[in-house]
Amino acid sequence: MFPRPFDYLRPTSVAEATRLLASHAEAKVLAGGHSLLPMMKLRLASPRVLIDIGRIPELTGIREENGMLIIGACTTHYAAESSPLLRRHCPLLAETAAAIGDVQVRNRGTIGGSLAHADPAADWPAAILAVEAQLKLVRRGAERLVPARDFFVDLLTTVMQSDELLTEIHVPVNPPRTGSAYLKVPQPASGFALTGVAAQVTLGPNNTLERVAVGITGVSSKPYRATATEQALQGQAATAEAVAQAATQATAGVEALADIHASAEYRLHLARVYTKRALLRAIERARG
Amino acid sequence: MHITVTVNGQTYTHDVEPRLLLVHYLRDVLRLTGTHVGCETSLCGACTVLMNGAAVKSCTVLAVQADGAEITTIEGLAKDGQLHPVQEGFWEEHGLQCGFCTPGMIMASYQLLQRNPNPSDAEIRHALEGNLCRCTGYQHIVNAVRYAAEKMRQSAPAASGT
Repeated sequence: MFPRPFDYLRPTSVAEATRLLASHAEAKVLAGGHSLLPMMKLRLASPRVLIDIGRIPELTGIREENGMLIIGACTTHYAAESSPLLRRHCPLLAETAAAIGDVQVRNRGTIGGSLAHADPAADWPAAILAVEAQLKLVRRGAERLVPARDFFVDLLTTVMQSDELLTEIHVPVNPPRTGSAYLKVPQPASGFALTGVAAQVTLGPNNTLERVAVGITGVSSKPYRATATEQALQGQAATAEAVAQAATQATAGVEALADIHASAEYRLHLARVYTKRALLRAIERARG
Repeated sequence: MHITVTVNGQTYTHDVEPRLLLVHYLRDVLRLTGTHVGCETSLCGACTVLMNGAAVKSCTVLAVQADGAEITTIEGLAKDGQLHPVQEGFWEEHGLQCGFCTPGMIMASYQLLQRNPNPSDAEIRHALEGNLCRCTGYQHIVNAVRYAAEKMRQSAPAASGT
């Protein structure tokens, strides 16, 4: 399988990349290529121009700055999974990265590429929502920070404009007594999530739930926060009963996807069950 | 576009179409046909090669993305007519039947042992999730990797002393 012919451009800086994006309306950005190249080989996408951002040093790597983790958009899943900084300060991201595809895919695929592609069954979106990340979008001469919950619009669609480049993901360092978990039901052949639930909690005095965040992927056309579940638990004692009760609301108002691998009803059921399990594990880890 | 790629220690320069996939560059341009084309959809792992030391599915990498990279294929493992311990493991433990998946299996196993010289069976299976075999049922492949791990651990102290 061969993609249709295209012109290939390889900028070496963000400034050059955004300049190229501004002058090539028909261009697509190539990062690790593990979403885009398969689509191009199947001719589901046939961009006339590819802008390869894989050689821009400022887009790679993870650093800590004033209580924030700054993750370069071209950081691979493997780099995230094996990052000591993420494991210490935001283990949910390392755990999620390790759950993606297989090792070859994790060696090439990037966090920014996955988020910009916005596959409804991708793993990263659930975690990005649960840690309340912000995404830095840069265009020629301007930039903006978008909260994760405003980033995803619909199936394969985000708020990014065609001349914008996702350059960084900003994530707060976890406060003490924070625990998290990412649990998913993979489609057995592809590894994509039929349901993936990322939960992160911070415990207050007397084991009350000071902060609860649940991000869910794979279930509907875009990843979402289980707001009703979060609100039911906020400020409550972190008990198994409270979690079980709140998890029943994890799919409130959600319209689920359906395909040959899972019906809508099954996906909704999985989301509620895995919300409960992910929250219980997160609480257990927060207790230490 | 002109690319320069080092494959199994030898440097090549070619003018290639941007849409040429790395696997076809290796097979059709360099005539290194040990790397196989399987599913062509980044699932089966038959086309696995090392790119700058990391296992990648060469059907999902453009040759132009490999410009400047060091590639190792199955042809690059044996040295002076001596099979690499991973290759020897697949031979000794009967880690293959038809052999179609074997080059990819061996390259993925090679990377695993670089990253983790003493993997458990579960870790071996996890590391080979991206490689499909339709013959063996995987058990002999796990045995082969375990054989290689042991052999490489035994020879490691001697190698580091030279």
